[in-house]
Amino acid sequence: MPKDDGIGAATVRREDVRFLTGRGRYSDDIKAFGECAAVFARSTVANGTIKSINTEAAAAMPGVLAIFTGEDFVDVGGNPAGWLVNSRDGEPMKEPKRPVLAHGKVRHVGDAYAAVIAETVEQGRDAVEALEVDIEEHAAVINMKDALAGTNYVHDEIGTNQCFDWGWIEDNRAATDEAIKGAHHVTTLELVNNRLVPNAMEPRCSIGDYNHGTGDYTLQTTSQNPHLTRLLISAFVLGIPENKLTVIAPDVGGGFGSKIYHYGEEALVLAAAKKLGRTVKWTSDRSEAFLTDAHGRDHVTKIELALDEKGNFLAFRTETYANVGAYLSNFSTVTPTFLHGTLMAGNYTVPLVYVNLKAVFTNTAPVDAYRGAGRPEATFSLERVIDMAAREIGRDPIELRRQNFIKPDQYPFASAAGLEYDSGNYDALMDQMEKVSDKAGFAARRAESESKGLLRGFGVNAYVEACGIAPSNLVGILGSRVGLYDAATVRVNATGNLSVMVGAHSHGQGHETVFPQIVADMLGIDAASIDIVHGDTSKIPFGMGTYGSRSLAVCGSAVVRATEKVIAKATKIAAHMLEAEAGDVDFNDGTFSVKGTNRSVSFGEVALKAYIPHDYPIDLIEPGLEETAFYDPANFTYPSGAYCCEVEVDPETGKVRVDRMTAVDDFGNVMNPMIVTGQVHGGLGQGIGQALVEQTTYDDDGQLLSASYMDYAMPRADDLPFYVVDHSQSTVCTHNPLGAKGCGEAGAIGSPPTVVNAVIDAMQSGGKNITHIDMPMTPHRVWTAMNNAQ
Amino acid sequence: MTTVTMTVNGKPVSENVEGRTLLSTLLRDDLRLTGTHIGCDTSQCGACVVHVNGEAVKSCTMFAIEADGAEVSTIEGQANADGSLNVIQQAFQDHHGLQCGFCTPGMVMTTASLLKENPKPTEAEVRTYLEGNICRCTGYHNIVKAIMAASGQDVSAIAAE
Repeated sequence: MPKDDGIGAATVRREDVRFLTGRGRYSDDIKAFGECAAVFARSTVANGTIKSINTEAAAAMPGVLAIFTGEDFVDVGGNPAGWLVNSRDGEPMKEPKRPVLAHGKVRHVGDAYAAVIAETVEQGRDAVEALEVDIEEHAAVINMKDALAGTNYVHDEIGTNQCFDWGWIEDNRAATDEAIKGAHHVTTLELVNNRLVPNAMEPRCSIGDYNHGTGDYTLQTTSQNPHLTRLLISAFVLGIPENKLTVIAPDVGGGFGSKIYHYGEEALVLAAAKKLGRTVKWTSDRSEAFLTDAHGRDHVTKIELALDEKGNFLAFRTETYANVGAYLSNFSTVTPTFLHGTLMAGNYTVPLVYVNLKAVFTNTAPVDAYRGAGRPEATFSLERVIDMAAREIGRDPIELRRQNFIKPDQYPFASAAGLEYDSGNYDALMDQMEKVSDKAGFAARRAESESKGLLRGFGVNAYVEACGIAPSNLVGILGSRVGLYDAATVRVNATGNLSVMVGAHSHGQGHETVFPQIVADMLGIDAASIDIVHGDTSKIPFGMGTYGSRSLAVCGSAVVRATEKVIAKATKIAAHMLEAEAGDVDFNDGTFSVKGTNRSVSFGEVALKAYIPHDYPIDLIEPGLEETAFYDPANFTYPSGAYCCEVEVDPETGKVRVDRMTAVDDFGNVMNPMIVTGQVHGGLGQGIGQALVEQTTYDDDGQLLSASYMDYAMPRADDLPFYVVDHSQSTVCTHNPLGAKGCGEAGAIGSPPTVVNAVIDAMQSGGKNITHIDMPMTPHRVWTAMNNAQ
Repeated sequence: MTTVTMTVNGKPVSENVEGRTLLSTLLRDDLRLTGTHIGCDTSQCGACVVHVNGEAVKSCTMFAIEADGAEVSTIEGQANADGSLNVIQQAFQDHHGLQCGFCTPGMVMTTASLLKENPKPTEAEVRTYLEGNICRCTGYHNIVKAIMAASGQDVSAIAAE
């Protein structure tokens, strides 16, 4: 049994009270004295040359304080890609400048080319309308294959729309081709991983401030990683020294990847604040969010699976086109490559993997990591083609997967895609999935559905992902321009309570509850006496923030290391108080005691002694009790899972309903099962949304047709079922002190292929030889497929 | 500018507003009741739901002057008199019915309205009633569960923690 509020306890979240009573403090809730508003002028065309911007009339409008155009930022840096990817021939990727405001050309609908600073938002909007702008429209580049074939370039100066042409693992290319050529059976599938808009419910918001007396800048912003944002602004864009820039991300209303990145609006409000000596605020509306938040997925893939006569997997080969949009967002180059290609061996002992991925510029919003980031794309391709292969060779899809699974005694396992998996037990996950989903009862449920005139399908999926991002040495070799450690400071206050400053950022994950559980467990004290400080670069150590399911595995490990240092120092202080050798002092449940005696002091007494160091070995031990640790992981962590779902399809309308959804995951050790389960629920909701309803659509002119909640289908409560979530079959992560793997993205990785596999199973049960339907499987698409099928 | 007078969370207030001022703007900017959130521009997301004369209303879709003379209650006025969480709020905490918290005020206000109309809703009734409230974090499982628990129903058979 876990200790009360210790590791493993389903402690309710302390942050809930402020959110449930309207006392949260999101960026847009902040109102500074004398603040003014930034409003952006955004391109209404996808591709155009800015011939002229006449600001005279707008500048004379009531309340207008300043107008910025791209001209004002030509001398500052661009917003960089965080990862250098080389093409197969060794050429570095094409990296056109991403300016604060568009200059010369606009490259997607929503691209900001000017900003008006006014006393009020309404005055700013009026003035934007009064800008006299001459933009010569050109044909838009939207379709990726057309983009590569043509000579109409998103960035004229690079003379191509191909960012890079990446091969992984290039040395395996010939062998993979050979294996596929000689294979007993090859299954081929062409598929689309549909473009999604992350849609955190809180729109982005940035507030810039500048103090002319000190030269200090402050940026309050909707960020998942305030230190990364500060680093990008300081080192690349505006050149503000890091010590003169504080970035604060207060309560943040969801991120899902879209708030990892630095955006031009953040630089603009800082520059405007300095120019005007006023606090400058910008809050995105939902339409702007659709047009300018980094989108997700958008791959077009051909995958082949080669099998021998016994059904053993011989090779996976994929050819993928990945849309990066009009500019490279910060993680846009790593997401389709090292977070995708390296997972293309899946859970399997397959000996050969080759991935060719072409990243393509188009006149659309930038595309970057969205919940799962590359791993959902890998899992979707693999688990769809495996299901198709099973059907083609007449094998049960679960048995075929099991036959090719890595077995528990094979760890550590070097995958054919270049990763070393440290632990896992995929058969145990599959066993548990079959049990808790009542797979045995499926036939009866199918019969019942059929009696109502509905088709019922059962779909399955196995996944492994890489998270806890990431070992700095390894990612440095692979092209990362940053390290990916994290950091924590554990400050024991004189009266025995604690403030723990962490580099991770919580925007729904419950860090304020979970990190104290870990420290409380280690120190044997009440979790209520421990508070977490996060999201403010002036208060926390330099950490890399929250994405890639990394907060617990990386920052949590830093918390453990810092707490261990606190215990080590406190033990020395206790030894002095107890007149013993430190080696003779034990620490258990908040009490230091001398072995074999009844002499002891409490943690609180030691804390007080550290800050009131009278009768203290001041020549041997510094006063105070505060320790910082940076933790750099030795490897990725490898969560895995077995999912299944049952769908009902109405053959009259093509409407798909997910009736049952089961997720069995191996997250390693679980700190708070309530929160972990909630994370899986959220991922499932987004994954089912991708599979059934969500679609981002640009027309041929580059107009975003799905730019509001009236056009983009967000999953509603009545689109989704109750889920069965199980994490009982865990294997421990072998290389971090918590044994934890990370749970934030699993649901969004495992669920889309599960749903599609179930729909295909339903189609087949209805006698329709349908082998694939692209996501989202809307009633129209399913109905059309059924009516076109033999 | 027009002067509007109303009762907000039991307290009389009077403010000068423009004709175009939305009720949500009055609440957030003038009264600094920032628990009411703005998540979209098309009256879809439901983060701004408040009660006007006891009815759930999307405050981004109502002019402040339309609420002249009304009794308005917001998320800030929902806790018990002693400051403790009310039954709905407590159920959301107990069942982990929120994550980032941004949609939560609207969810709580909509739930209050639902349970007034339908004290013991079924799962399907809860899901249908929430069609005007979008959550991106929870996949709705724990929201539906929390609402059913708040209505006094036994939710122990609903899967997971």
